[in-house]
Amino acid sequence: MDRRDFLKITGAGLGGLAIPAFYGRAIAAEELLSTIDVAMKKKLADVALNAAKGSGATYCDVRIGRYLRQFVVTREDKVQNVVNTESTGIGIRVIAKGSWGFAATSDLSSDAVAKATAQAVAIAKANARLRSEPVQLAPVKGVGEVSWKTPIVKNSMHVPIKDKVDLLLGVNADAIKAGASFINSTLFLVNEQKYFASTDGSYIDQDVHRIWAPMNVTCVDKATGKFRSRQGLSAPRGMGFEYLDAKAADKIELPGGAVVYRDSYDMKADAVAAAKQAREKLTATSVKPGKYDLMLDPSHTWLTIHESVGHPTELDRVLGYEANYAGTSFATLDKWRDKFKYGSDKVTIVADKTQPGSLGAVGYDDEGVKTQKWDLIKDGVLVNYQVIRDQAHILGLKQSQGCCYADSWSSVQFQRMANVSLQPGKEKLTPIEMIKDIENGIYIVGEGSFSIDQQRYNAQFGGQLFYEIKNGKVTQPLEDVAYQIRTPEFWNSCVAVCDDGDYRLGGSFFDGKGQPGQVSAVSHGSSTARFNGVNVINTARSLG
Amino acid sequence: MTIYSEEQAKAILDKAIKMSKADECTAQLSGSNGGNVRYALNNVSTSGYVSDADLVVEVAFGKRTGTATINAFDDKSIESVVRRAEELAKLAPENPEFMPAIEKQTYKPTSTFVEKTAAITPEYRAQVAADCIEPCRKDKLVAAGFFSDEQDFSAIANSKGNFGYQKASGMNFTCTVRTDDGKGSGWVARNLADVAKFDAKSEIRIAMQKARGSADAKALEPGKYTVIMEPAATAGLISFMMFGFDARQADEGRSFLSKKGGGNKLGEKMFDERVTIYADPWDEHAAVLPWDNDSLAREKTPIITKGKVDYLQYSRYWAQKQGKKAVGQPGNLIMVGGDKSTMDLVKSTRKGVLVTRTWYIRLVDPQTVLLTGLTRDGTFYVENGEIKYPIKNFRFNESPAIMLNNIEEIGRPVRVGDDESPFVMMIPPMKIRDFTFTSLSDAV
Repeated sequence: MDRRDFLKITGAGLGGLAIPAFYGRAIAAEELLSTIDVAMKKKLADVALNAAKGSGATYCDVRIGRYLRQFVVTREDKVQNVVNTESTGIGIRVIAKGSWGFAATSDLSSDAVAKATAQAVAIAKANARLRSEPVQLAPVKGVGEVSWKTPIVKNSMHVPIKDKVDLLLGVNADAIKAGASFINSTLFLVNEQKYFASTDGSYIDQDVHRIWAPMNVTCVDKATGKFRSRQGLSAPRGMGFEYLDAKAADKIELPGGAVVYRDSYDMKADAVAAAKQAREKLTATSVKPGKYDLMLDPSHTWLTIHESVGHPTELDRVLGYEANYAGTSFATLDKWRDKFKYGSDKVTIVADKTQPGSLGAVGYDDEGVKTQKWDLIKDGVLVNYQVIRDQAHILGLKQSQGCCYADSWSSVQFQRMANVSLQPGKEKLTPIEMIKDIENGIYIVGEGSFSIDQQRYNAQFGGQLFYEIKNGKVTQPLEDVAYQIRTPEFWNSCVAVCDDGDYRLGGSFFDGKGQPGQVSAVSHGSSTARFNGVNVINTARSLG
Repeated sequence: MTIYSEEQAKAILDKAIKMSKADECTAQLSGSNGGNVRYALNNVSTSGYVSDADLVVEVAFGKRTGTATINAFDDKSIESVVRRAEELAKLAPENPEFMPAIEKQTYKPTSTFVEKTAAITPEYRAQVAADCIEPCRKDKLVAAGFFSDEQDFSAIANSKGNFGYQKASGMNFTCTVRTDDGKGSGWVARNLADVAKFDAKSEIRIAMQKARGSADAKALEPGKYTVIMEPAATAGLISFMMFGFDARQADEGRSFLSKKGGGNKLGEKMFDERVTIYADPWDEHAAVLPWDNDSLAREKTPIITKGKVDYLQYSRYWAQKQGKKAVGQPGNLIMVGGDKSTMDLVKSTRKGVLVTRTWYIRLVDPQTVLLTGLTRDGTFYVENGEIKYPIKNFRFNESPAIMLNNIEEIGRPVRVGDDESPFVMMIPPMKIRDFTFTSLSDAV
């Protein structure tokens, strides 16, 4: 989903007529509970696989997808929108004459599937004329008929809409009571029912669930004309509705008083805190620009990891396939061969498509590869990238790392980011202990504004909450803070990472890539980390 | 074939509205045929074609609304989508900001459809790719680009007798060319309604020249510079600023157009008096549909006139609450300029920076519309009216509300499309003083 579609869904006064086409058709909530029979999916897949083989394809994979989404959008005491959508269809990808071909249809009749397969083979043969070398596919052993499901406790689609509306309106009421001028709160719920089959002999049925509960609380001071907002500190997760259970054990109070969340979220408590903190921001001290030691909470760091490590280690970007849109990467193959020092020895960053509760967790990727975990940066050294089957040979790998994903049955699958996470420090260290030896620092909580160049060198990040640290103590809240980095210098300035007791996940529900654009959801974990001598700017301006 | 004629579309919409038992019914039928070709590393990577059509039915019982969608248009399917919308409406909570279906509108057609653009073939797309790849291969340059085209139709109707139908077409082309050693990068983009005005062979020369010309860039210190911004370099900033023109946000005190003490800045002079921006659905270079997402008829609308804020965007609900008239929301932004080209602006510059495009623009502070982003694919130092040498890219932190007060000179507007903007835009090249670059980027 691009920014335009995001605004359409969340925009004030949205009419139902404005549902982005990507989401398919609008349906009733009860239709979110049904599934397509697995035997029928296998039968349809075999139609495509046999048709492909019969028309000269050397490889074929089939994805039958049913993508279900529910959005509940509110502001203050109003429900702005409740939308349930479904998009169902089949995408067929083949290799013929050494080239890829792809076709898709929403018609799930055998005839339509056979026709789409023939179209995919014809496209592959046409594309073969324009390719300089044939596709080389890393081998995958067929796994027969298997299934995988996100390990959820409560299926979000089973929770009545009334309960969801009541929750959000309760959250909004508490925020207003606590002094908020305005609040927008939303539930985004996703269920991807995905069936994959290939000529390698795999028939994989997967049931993937995701949840996101964002909010934005604003306080306005009419006398001064100033307004400030504080977003919620939740993370989108690969979980069921249990993420909103607000378990006390998952609440963490940070030095300075902000409360963050581990594996379950107290949306009401966070709304109340957001109202108070948004009001505090109206009068907080404006930061003095300069070099500071930054202490970054995982609710913030995930986005910095995403932009400055996740994207530059995508092999298609490194090679130049995304040069016209998202860009290339500074982390070139020669740097990898020369054991490039990406970060300090405190920095070990892993890619992991298996991590429970993460947005990117699946059993198998969208080309039937069993998911795995591997190092990208080991003790500061760039050691690997993220690849799919037709890229593995470039790195001399014998198999794909399972990073293939398509956001719809109608989209061609391609390389997408795995969950990419900073590993916790090996020695015991809590945020309270970390703060003690920082003389002149800023503690940043929550993600804010973000921007990075097309090779992922120069980035700028804001945040939600900023605290001044002086001589080992949090002294006061700050405002107008953004920091600018050059990626390798930044990661080499990492001097400490807290232990695994502080490890938490953040993530993005709508990470965009490709032309035409596709979205994916991905998590990034870390413990609180310290970076020395980072350039902080003041973002306050005057319009006169 | 998903492009229905006006008669076919009206018959389908009339059936849906007639079948509805709700208090009100609004229906929209739309369809599109779109094709694209993508290439990278001097090879075609993907090519696609998508054909789709949808009927969306929205009904209301009192203040309860329901919406359902379907992509089959036989009588049984139309009846099922209407019944589904009605069931959803009965289950929905009341919307306190519900607005009844709009009254019958008068839509004066706009020139959004060009037959030649609608007739683009897969062979034409492949030729665009070849026209970019071949000269690059010969010159040891590397092309990555995307060409897409679409023809579509939109038909709207409601139970109050409103009806509109129009076809549209368009094409969008972007191409990035890099030197094979990765030291230079250039870019070209064209967004056009009429493909007859497009010539890939000549466009690619611009990107090739910039790729070669931007290699081995020198570093300048970040700071405030006079900049010559090509149209694509400011389009994203101006488009971003429009989010602050929402009347409700401004009245609620959370926009750069909110007034200290309450109210909004409608009618106030906020920009240099040479800044005039308007919307005009009939503009010959940037025509858009004569209705907006709410089916309200669009009008020629002054947005900023000689630096004065002339327009805030009122939703139908907020207009009613504030006693204002809601008009169709702009689909295009047309900035008035002069006759000079970008190179004319360079010629009149003693010292400055020429910016091809800006990228990854994000809002830093909504209070002042402070935006950050970076220059990309061709940034040059200008001295005594000449491009002297390529310079490294900069990160900027600048507000368009400040930028449009620091204008030195405005050139001739050209049509610009932007991936992240909902508008078709006519934006001139501009010379702007004191543009704030805050750091250097090593990215090429």
